[in-house]
Amino acid sequence: MSKQSHQFLNDAQRVAFDLEHRRKIKFNIGKYDLAVEKGRERYSHQPLAKQRAAFLKRRVLNRLPELLEELENNLVRNGAEVHWAQTDADVLKIIGEVARREQVKCVVKSKSMTTEEVELNHFFESMNVEPLETDLGEFIVQVAGEKPYHIVTPAMHKSKEDIDALFHQKFKTPSGSTPQELTAWVRNFLRQKFVTSEMGVTGANFLVADTGSVCLTENEGNALLTASLPRIHVVIAAIEKVIPSAKYLGLMWPLLSALGTGQQMTVYNSIFSSPRKPCESDGPEKMIVILMDNGRTNLYADHHLYEALSCIRCGACLNACPVYKNVGGYTYGATYSGPIGSLITPHFKGMQAFKHLSFASSLCGKCAEVCPVQIPIPDLLLENRRKSVESGCAPVGETIMFNMATLVMKRRALFNMNGNLKTMVSGLTMSKMLGNQKKFPKFAAKSFSVQWNNKR
Amino acid sequence: MIIDLFIPCYIDQLYPQTGWNVVKILEKVGVTVNYNPQQTCCGQPTFNSGFWKQSRELAVKFIKDFPHDRPIVVPSASCGGYVKKHYIKLFEGDAAMQSECDRLARNIIELSDFLVNQVKVLELGASFPHKITYHDSCSSLREYKLKNEPRQLLANVQGLELVEMEENTTCCGFGGTFMVKYVPISTAMTQQKVENALRTGAEYIVSTDSSCLMNMQSFIDKQNLPIKTAHLADVLASF
Repeated sequence: MSKQSHQFLNDAQRVAFDLEHRRKIKFNIGKYDLAVEKGRERYSHQPLAKQRAAFLKRRVLNRLPELLEELENNLVRNGAEVHWAQTDADVLKIIGEVARREQVKCVVKSKSMTTEEVELNHFFESMNVEPLETDLGEFIVQVAGEKPYHIVTPAMHKSKEDIDALFHQKFKTPSGSTPQELTAWVRNFLRQKFVTSEMGVTGANFLVADTGSVCLTENEGNALLTASLPRIHVVIAAIEKVIPSAKYLGLMWPLLSALGTGQQMTVYNSIFSSPRKPCESDGPEKMIVILMDNGRTNLYADHHLYEALSCIRCGACLNACPVYKNVGGYTYGATYSGPIGSLITPHFKGMQAFKHLSFASSLCGKCAEVCPVQIPIPDLLLENRRKSVESGCAPVGETIMFNMATLVMKRRALFNMNGNLKTMVSGLTMSKMLGNQKKFPKFAAKSFSVQWNNKR
Repeated sequence: MIIDLFIPCYIDQLYPQTGWNVVKILEKVGVTVNYNPQQTCCGQPTFNSGFWKQSRELAVKFIKDFPHDRPIVVPSASCGGYVKKHYIKLFEGDAAMQSECDRLARNIIELSDFLVNQVKVLELGASFPHKITYHDSCSSLREYKLKNEPRQLLANVQGLELVEMEENTTCCGFGGTFMVKYVPISTAMTQQKVENALRTGAEYIVSTDSSCLMNMQSFIDKQNLPIKTAHLADVLASF
């Protein structure tokens, strides 16, 4: 068992019966569910929108190399600098060189999972550059010294009381502050940082190939400020975010909002196509776009699993997942949690270390049901399981067990062994298999097949 | 009409009485039941664990055990859904075997689907004077796409009162080997499912799938909770 797998089981055991955790997550996902239900009603036929989005994203994947080249050419023509990064280390090398060259001391960041993937904050701290999260939820987890709990709502695991106590401790805000008061405090604090930081780092929700543009969607205006006020705007974008043309944003943006938060549209939706032009009065002097692979081409090369790259990171599958709700975001031990995380992490971070995530699913299928781009997540988890076994990652004991079970199931005579004997044997060997809160079932004395032979 | 009966391994090994109830129902609606006692398991447990070679061997056996081109009735949406949807994947590049898989996919049919949509019998004359709640197994709801059929049949059972539970589309925590490999997660899910069922005041949790019921019953037994589980066939055969 890998170190990560062992840790996963320990953390799952602890969190799954933490009733306070269960209550907070149920409360927050409950609010989300209501909003999403309303969002669904705004569509005359949401399944059709999902179908179109799914089709678009598959078409993108079929033409990914050429779309990325088109994107690069257009970004460069617009005056942006484009880098290709194969690994997380490549991303850090590129951005580190920019920070050194430009003598950057403070970086403001908007919410971005790619920056989590490369652990950008940690890297900047190691080179004495101050990274500052400007999304409220991300700011909260940064202050708490934590990582995002959820890909869309990073502080979902915290109640307003938790945040009040945290801010009181760290910033001496008055104890018992309301969420409005705390938000106003953060807003004031961040405004100064936006003005003084030399670099702003964002991710990208979509990349538009034909115009060479980066699209961001957000609710707080912090991404807009991050991309506009500092001298340098760095975009760390995953390669699968490209779409052919801005005309598809009319489909994709509302769908991302509808499933991500239940909103009709997120509050701020911005398209950035170049650094400041000579005729413009504001905007960054430099726009640098880093196109990141970091394991994605492993998925891309597989003719089943490539579909996972259709994901638009709306987080709907996390909110729908009974496993996520019970173990929480941190237990996964990976940047991407929930069903989509379980699917892609083994390909990003290694099958041997993270294969357990593909098995930690009851395959209930709720994730696929809610997915706006129709990724058949349970089928792909099964594909991961197959890959895990066929690449020799299955534990020896399990392989022996399944070989024996197959042997028994291929021979009816063995299957017809006396039930009382089976109950006795299983009582001796398997009674603890279901843990101490479930009782192992008893076999019937005679199987249906035996009874049939006797009666008919 | 002659049908082939497929009794999933759970029912065969743990709940044979449910198998007899299925026979009783099928005979009541006038079909001739053919059962091949050589049959064992469809192989879903090995498939779901990633062991395709073993799954293929069991699929080959299953195909041999069900050689006819006629309905194969199965009192489980999970096993039925697996054979329907996944068998074909096991034989990629083997046209002959894939055509056998097509034959099975065309013929295999879950019990309530068979009763409601094929023989079109909604009322079996059953009487079950109890309050029950219905558990949609994930495979029936989201893989096999069955929601109304079992409820239509239950609505015609005399004396039966169906109360839907909260979060009735949420998994019970079974998930095959998931239940064994991830005991704490599975148990937490089962606990919440059974709590939701208990809150309805029902005496029984009824489902199309014995695997979910086995999981919930194992929790109920250990905790001594005042609720029981029953397969849909057990309720429908109360005549």
